[in-house]
Amino acid sequence: MVLDYLPLLILFIIAAGFAAIAIILPTVLGPRNPNKMKQEPIESGMIPFMQAWRRFPVQYYMVAMLFIIFDIEVIFFYPWAVVLGKLKLFGLIEMAIFLGILLIGYFYVWRKGAFEWQ
Amino acid sequence: MNLSSLNWNSLLPELVIVATSLIVLITAVVGKVSRVDRIARGHALAVVTLIGLLIAAGLTIMQLSQPASDFMGMVQSDALSHYLNLVILLAAALAVLLAWDYLGRFTYSFSEFYSLLLLAVAGMMFLGKSTELITLFVSLEILSISLYILTGFNRHQLASAEASLKYFLLGAFASGFIVYGAALLYGDTGSTWFSDIAANASGGFLTLAGFALLLVGFAFKIAAVPFHMWTPDAYQGAPTPVTAFMSVGTKAAALVALFRVLQSAVSAPYETWAWALAILSLLTMTVGNVAALRQTSIKRLLAYSSIAQAGYMLIGLVAGTVLGLQAMLFYLFAYAFMNIGAFACASLLESDDWSELQDASMANARGLFSRQPLLATALAIFMFSLAGIPPLAGFFGKLYLFDAAIDAGWLWLALVAVINSVISAYYYMRVVVVMFMEAPDESTRVRLPIPDSAILAIVIAVLGALLLGILAGPSFASLGQAVVAWRF
Amino acid sequence: MIFDYAWLILLFPALGLLFNAFFGRRVGHKVAAIVANLAVALSFLMAVALAMGLSALPGDESSVEVLLWPWIHIAGFQVDMALLIDPLSSVMILVVTGIGLLIHIYSATYMKVDDEHQPMDERRYARFFVYMNLFILMMLTLVLANNYVMLYLGWEGVGLASYLLIGFWFYKPSAADAAKKAFLVNRVGDFGMALAIMWMFFLFGKEAGSLSFDAVFAALETASPAVVAALTGVTLLLLLAATGKSAQIPLFVWLPDAMEGPSPVSALIHAATMVTAGVYMLARSHPLLELAPATMTLIAWIGGLTALMAASIAIVQTDLKRILAYSTISQLGYMFLGVGVGAYVASVFHLYTHAFFKALLFLAAGSVMHALHGELNIDLMGGLRKKLPVTYAQFLIGALALAGFPLLSGYWSKDAILLGAFVTSYPLYAIGLFTALLTAFYSLRAVYRAFHGQPRDEHLYDHAHEQPRGMTWPLWALAFGAVFAGLLGLPAIFGKEFGFPVGNLIEGWLKPTFEGLSEPHVAFSTEMALFISSGFVALIGIYLAYARYVKQSGWTLSLQKALSPLQPALENKYWVDEIYFAVIVNPLRALARFFATGAEGVIDGVVNGVGAVTTAAGVGIARLQTGLLSWYALSLFLGVVLLLIYFVFA
Repeated sequence: MVLDYLPLLILFIIAAGFAAIAIILPTVLGPRNPNKMKQEPIESGMIPFMQAWRRFPVQYYMVAMLFIIFDIEVIFFYPWAVVLGKLKLFGLIEMAIFLGILLIGYFYVWRKGAFEWQ
Repeated sequence: MNLSSLNWNSLLPELVIVATSLIVLITAVVGKVSRVDRIARGHALAVVTLIGLLIAAGLTIMQLSQPASDFMGMVQSDALSHYLNLVILLAAALAVLLAWDYLGRFTYSFSEFYSLLLLAVAGMMFLGKSTELITLFVSLEILSISLYILTGFNRHQLASAEASLKYFLLGAFASGFIVYGAALLYGDTGSTWFSDIAANASGGFLTLAGFALLLVGFAFKIAAVPFHMWTPDAYQGAPTPVTAFMSVGTKAAALVALFRVLQSAVSAPYETWAWALAILSLLTMTVGNVAALRQTSIKRLLAYSSIAQAGYMLIGLVAGTVLGLQAMLFYLFAYAFMNIGAFACASLLESDDWSELQDASMANARGLFSRQPLLATALAIFMFSLAGIPPLAGFFGKLYLFDAAIDAGWLWLALVAVINSVISAYYYMRVVVVMFMEAPDESTRVRLPIPDSAILAIVIAVLGALLLGILAGPSFASLGQAVVAWRF
Repeated sequence: MIFDYAWLILLFPALGLLFNAFFGRRVGHKVAAIVANLAVALSFLMAVALAMGLSALPGDESSVEVLLWPWIHIAGFQVDMALLIDPLSSVMILVVTGIGLLIHIYSATYMKVDDEHQPMDERRYARFFVYMNLFILMMLTLVLANNYVMLYLGWEGVGLASYLLIGFWFYKPSAADAAKKAFLVNRVGDFGMALAIMWMFFLFGKEAGSLSFDAVFAALETASPAVVAALTGVTLLLLLAATGKSAQIPLFVWLPDAMEGPSPVSALIHAATMVTAGVYMLARSHPLLELAPATMTLIAWIGGLTALMAASIAIVQTDLKRILAYSTISQLGYMFLGVGVGAYVASVFHLYTHAFFKALLFLAAGSVMHALHGELNIDLMGGLRKKLPVTYAQFLIGALALAGFPLLSGYWSKDAILLGAFVTSYPLYAIGLFTALLTAFYSLRAVYRAFHGQPRDEHLYDHAHEQPRGMTWPLWALAFGAVFAGLLGLPAIFGKEFGFPVGNLIEGWLKPTFEGLSEPHVAFSTEMALFISSGFVALIGIYLAYARYVKQSGWTLSLQKALSPLQPALENKYWVDEIYFAVIVNPLRALARFFATGAEGVIDGVVNGVGAVTTAAGVGIARLQTGLLSWYALSLFLGVVLLLIYFVFA
């Protein structure tokens, strides 16, 4: 029973080992000549001019959340589509209820103006 | 498979609640309402919500004697869930009455509030019925996410937002453990149905770890020590009607769901989980009571008190017998009345400055009797009931719980609980002493305005706390019949 | 069968109070009053019906238990909500609902104005009737209970109603203080009651399986000597409880202050009914008392001394209602005396007549208070009989009945008690007789000071007005009772000797309850001598008051001068309040201060130790509650780890 998981364990060890090697080898092998330029944190070659912790407009979160919610809902359609043939009318009604509730949410979000960048 | 095989009847109350929730939500974006009419609309929505709750309660009562298992065994509609539904619907209805006037002072988002409240109710009701891990998880999340938002509903207040964030982050953490536990159990048994889990569990590491992690999630929702840290902050920061509702509803639903898991899914020996729960119960009541001793805010005191109360209720699960379940259900009803009643009174003592932390401090209650004798008497009744003083509901609740514990051989736990009751009497009585024996300050001499809806809520709660005490025998017996018919 | 509907008697007041609690302030004065009155009236009809049903039963079966519902059933022990309808409780329910009804009717008019003579708002008016109906409900629960636990429920319930009603004018500091005092003093008594019940539970709980009167009294028959010995302790605790509720030494101090409540409350609760609960409870527990002779003696002496002490205080009081309050304490002392000497029937008889004349006096005093806009000081009255002829007549009837004027109700019942005392102990009889003299004096003193002579405050006098109609006829009904109620208890010996068609009705009625106890019987000549002497004593008292306050005879003034050394003691009520403050309240406060200021030493360590550890733990736990999210998460995680370890390794 537990033996069934042996390949998983081996995979885990190999993956961890690979990561470890990738980190350890350069530190062992690579030359080290630090200078001021090298020690700057790099931001695409630009010198950082402010704190990385800053406020983003809340709309970003809004859009991101809405995207995730509706995106995940869409994912439900794939397995549903696969078994729709078997479920027949039942499946159709179920999905209609599901979509109906979603649409109410969509309608709410829309009327509340969440899609307007303001 | 077809639609009619699903026995929709068994989920009718929940469906009514969900439908009401959607209707209430949609009104937020239908039609334009002038600023003046908003409060009136809020009241109309409260009425719609109450009607939905009443219909659901009516349907539940009609089904009381019809156990049904359906949706492919994912839900079980039986005496346990029916009584749980009644507790939750009662708590929600009282919360709506409290919110009636309270809400309008800091928000106009009535639709969202009532809709989320109803969703939380639906989540709780589903949670109590679920006999399958995914259903359980989804309903748990529905109720949790609704409550996270409700906790932070007063956006003008930093404490409310902070409470919400803390509750959310820790809650997400705890949900993670539940999923993890569920995954382990699925990995062990290849099924998410309780009955299959019970039948196929290996009893090895995966099973035990799975149950342990599942238990963590429930303990978090019940606010059992040491998973209780969020409780005082969240309860204090949340708008008081929300606190009142979630302190009762969440605990009730989680306790019942945990009971179902323990009785139908756990294959570990009774001693194993009973001892774990007994220790949780011991820690919970002791820490809750001891921490409550030094509180100066009535709301925070009640938060700690509700932690302690959860400790008492866990005793029913520890016993794991008909008597234990019966006692726990009885206590849930009693607790719903007395705890919500106490929060209702506390909400009336809060200051009127809505950008500050809404806090009913002890000082606000000083000399309340000479200002408003009825309010003081009502709060005293709730305090007496919570402390377990006869002949109120709380006394009988404790009596039955302790009796169930002794009956199941947990004498030491009953003794610890009795000692805890004595400790708790100190802080409950302190509130009473402050109200009745101390002279009011100049600053607290004013008469508080009490809205009619709050009066109604308090009167219902007082009647409940009294009648459940006076009619303890018959009500306990009727719970017993239903519970016995259910399963044992 | 009428007894199947016995629960209705409780239902009516419950419905009345619910109605007024919910709708009272919306429906206006009239409807609120009608509903409250109707509730009590229906209860009264039910009480009458129950009493008639009881009288139809054969004598040896005249005790009916009606189970309402099983209340507590735990591990072989059971307490039911059940009503016991027997002769004793039927008398009590008739008094409670009958007198209660009259007082409700009176209140409907009386309470239309508040303590400052302003029109009362609907909200408070309705609230008053909610409390009153609550009181009736609880008092009926108390007297109808078939077991000690339910009796205790009613006991606390009437205490609550009394507390709320004393503090009815809660914005007056004196009223709030009086309510608080009543609450605290009664707590001492109630604590005794709770202890007594627990003790009985340990003594009889196992065998009897319940604390119903029947079961407990039945268990007495097979009780071991040890149990019988313990009964002295139990009955002493019951006595403590009774002294609290019935305002006897040492717990009488709350009753005079309780007069801060509205007058109908004083009449109903603090004169006619609630304060007699202690007497009822002791009479109900007579099988226990019979086995504890020491307690009986103590009861008799407490009663006698309380009667004497309160009567002597009443002589110097100038507040009309306080005079009546002390006289209530004094009359309750008589009832205790009766119980203590085993004259239960006489006690209950006096309870019943007292209810009429004392309610009458209080309501008449309320009427005076109305007429004078709240003034109660008899020094400021005088001559009111011309202005208030009706009130005067009613008050006079009540005062004469209280004074034991021959052939009025108080005369018969007081004599019955004195007869019992005479048979048992001469000193007690002497105390009782002397108290009767004082009683006659102070009651007529009140009459003469208030209603005779010249007005001492012209302004008050000019504005006085006679009572409105709604208050008049309940008072006449009570006055009728005050005159004739005693005829129910004519001594049996009269019937025999004079050939009256009826004997002692009340003794015959109560016989089944007090079965096996012999009422005191003495020779006819002795009994006649007692009757004549107490009538004579009453007349002397009345004459003394007349001579002092109407004729103002010189010798009465010199008598007063001779007795003046006693005056400070009486005016200060024997300094009992002060003594309590000095002996109990202040030491407790000092002790509290001692602990509060953190006294060092052993006491602090030991006594406060437990509390300190607990509270310190509270502080510690509160400190764990840092508010830091990461710390919360860590605690949660630790919990997870512990649970995992436990589950995997258990």
